[in-house]
Amino acid sequence: MLADWAVNEFSEAIDTAWALIRSGDPVLVEIVARSLQVSLSAVFCAGLVGLPLGACLALQPFPGRQILLVVLNAAMGLPPVVVGLLLYLLLSRAGPFGFLGLLFSPTAMVLAQTLIVLPIVAALSRQILANLWEEYRESLQSLGASGWQALGTLLWEGRFRLLTVLMAGFGRAMAEVGAVLIVGGNIAHVTRVMTTTIALETSKGNLALALALGLILIVLALVVNGAVFLMQESGKQSVDDN
Amino acid sequence: MREILNVCALLLIGLLQAESARAATDFITLASTTSTQASGFFDYFLPLVKAWLGVEVRVVAVGTGQALKLGERGDADVLLVHDRIGELAFMQAGFGVDRREVMYNDFVLVGPRTDPAGVRGGRDAAVAFSAIGAHKTCFASRADDSGTHRAELRLWHDAGVDVHAASGTWYRETGAGMGATLNVAAGLDCYLLADRATWLSFHNRQHLILLVEGDSRLFNQYSLIRVNPARHPYVKQALALKFVDFMTSPIGQRLIGDFRITEVRVFVPNYVRGGPST
Repeated sequence: MLADWAVNEFSEAIDTAWALIRSGDPVLVEIVARSLQVSLSAVFCAGLVGLPLGACLALQPFPGRQILLVVLNAAMGLPPVVVGLLLYLLLSRAGPFGFLGLLFSPTAMVLAQTLIVLPIVAALSRQILANLWEEYRESLQSLGASGWQALGTLLWEGRFRLLTVLMAGFGRAMAEVGAVLIVGGNIAHVTRVMTTTIALETSKGNLALALALGLILIVLALVVNGAVFLMQESGKQSVDDN
Repeated sequence: MREILNVCALLLIGLLQAESARAATDFITLASTTSTQASGFFDYFLPLVKAWLGVEVRVVAVGTGQALKLGERGDADVLLVHDRIGELAFMQAGFGVDRREVMYNDFVLVGPRTDPAGVRGGRDAAVAFSAIGAHKTCFASRADDSGTHRAELRLWHDAGVDVHAASGTWYRETGAGMGATLNVAAGLDCYLLADRATWLSFHNRQHLILLVEGDSRLFNQYSLIRVNPARHPYVKQALALKFVDFMTSPIGQRLIGDFRITEVRVFVPNYVRGGPST
């Protein structure tokens, strides 16, 4: 019985997903575009802060570095709903940044996802750069490279691995629902993204539609990761050619 | 790498531009309940508001308790909520102005077709609740301080059943919205109290059917409250007034009454000018 039911739901979900994609449903397109926009912006911001932070942690000894490292590693497991709640209290009209009027806006969602992704980017990129530094330290030092030159070399040599780090962050951002629901409010045509739509449709009992949206989210993740994979491969190819 | 950064920068710029373009349009934030959203009422009503008033209404759908909290903190301009006692306390504390009772529907007791507590067809909600309590059969509670949850707790009180003691046994507290709790009840064959609007539009009923309706205690009044602009200078006073005036106008009231789910009228407009609405 249960198996029959599940099979029906799945096949209905696949049909629904296919119909939605084929018809180019404008609401779906809007939601997918907003999801991508918010999450890519968040990864961009997290990279902007997280990569230099990771490099700094890897190469520059300073007091309290170990503690910051432990904090960053722990923050990788930060529950999105907690980030959402903290950000809500900060951005609420009654909070310290209420005057900005950012609550229930896509910008608030980008902020939330940036905070969620940042520890991942910083902690993982630190590890990668630290390993590379061990590998290249002697040759760089014997060449008399300055700190900035060394950093440039390490970033360039680690670019594919760092890209993988950004992709991990992107995955977490796209999949996240707890934080964007609180600071975005799931407002139709304003802050509704894939994951909040899935939660809403589930609560309406539209399980097949919710699952269909989930399938589209998975396909989306495959496409983005596939594109990055191809980019890496062609990048490696040209490195080999040189 | 550079290409990716360029793409990201473009996206970011696009987002900021979209943001500022939106900020330029007139909109208000309405904190409301999950029932009004899940039933599709806002999908029907808000485009009409936009057409009539040129005002965009952004709905944040949460439980009544949380909606009142959003109003208290100044994060919404207008509230559409359904818990008279909580609303009056909100007004008393000076968080809101101009409370207007705008429409009603009713709660229904829903449960498994097998109806182990034998409450089907009853007209007295408290009797049905005490039967469920006596049978100790599964009951799914919102437990989220929503208007529906508060109404449910009052019914348990009337029925003389101590549900706090039963929590975790036959009394299941989901701490979630109406739809999510309906999903739980459908999965576990539990009884639950639902608002009629969400029940009518809910698609995953499985073995659940409507069992008890029509008790006057199941009456569910919705009110509009404007957030007090004296407390929160950011409140969009003029637009908020325009919106509540529209919803309580003869046209707005007729549009509310015209909303149907599968031919059934879901919300009954009942605004009375100068009525009991403070």
